Amino acid sequence: MIYLRYFASLRETLGHSTAELQIFEPQTVLDVWQLANPDVPLPENTLAAVNMDYVPLSHPVKNCDEVAFFPPVTGG
Amino acid sequence: MKICDTLFDPFAEIQSFQQQLALQGKFGATSIFIGTMRDFNEGDDVQAMMLEHYEGMTQKQLCKIIESAKSQWQILDCLIVHRVGEILPNEPIVLVCVWSAHRSEAFEACRYLMEELKANAPFWKLEKLATSEKRWVSKNH
Repeated sequence: MIYLRYFASLRETLGHSTAELQIFEPQTVLDVWQLANPDVPLPENTLAAVNMDYVPLSHPVKNCDEVAFFPPVTGG
Repeated sequence: MKICDTLFDPFAEIQSFQQQLALQGKFGATSIFIGTMRDFNEGDDVQAMMLEHYEGMTQKQLCKIIESAKSQWQILDCLIVHRVGEILPNEPIVLVCVWSAHRSEAFEACRYLMEELKANAPFWKLEKLATSEKRWVSKNH
């Protein structure tokens, strides 16, 4: 099982902030998005993190990982 | 580092942090950046803002940024305070403060910390305009 998190405008678009997904390795971050949201193309400029570290969409995902998707950050 | 979900006083935070024993007699320079909420953005009047963040990742990324600054400059200590939740115009959003023996390290590290925070810390701003429209901030000025 992997644990999905969505933030900000992406959370609003999807209508939920968390989800869980059973995966069969090997899968990438992009694969995870497509499996979890088959009807929603990944918006351009979306950032991804695995276990709270930024990763490219090609990054491999393991069971028990927390995978987050969010728009560009705007803090400060 | 501190993430606050209520109003904070940046000057009280600085004073309180600066009183710690490790800094006494050692610092000759203190560089401070305070970011404050404006009542306008992109040509519109803004009434309030909701600041969302990724709890845990925010702290992890800020720790990395602080460690990176400490590896590049001889700084004695630094403090980052960032607000989350509902914020009103004139309220502080972020405080970055750096203590060092001499000014150049304090100036440079403070600028670096603030720029890295803006680029990497997972915060997002949702503006409430005077028209009651809500709008996600997309430009990271």
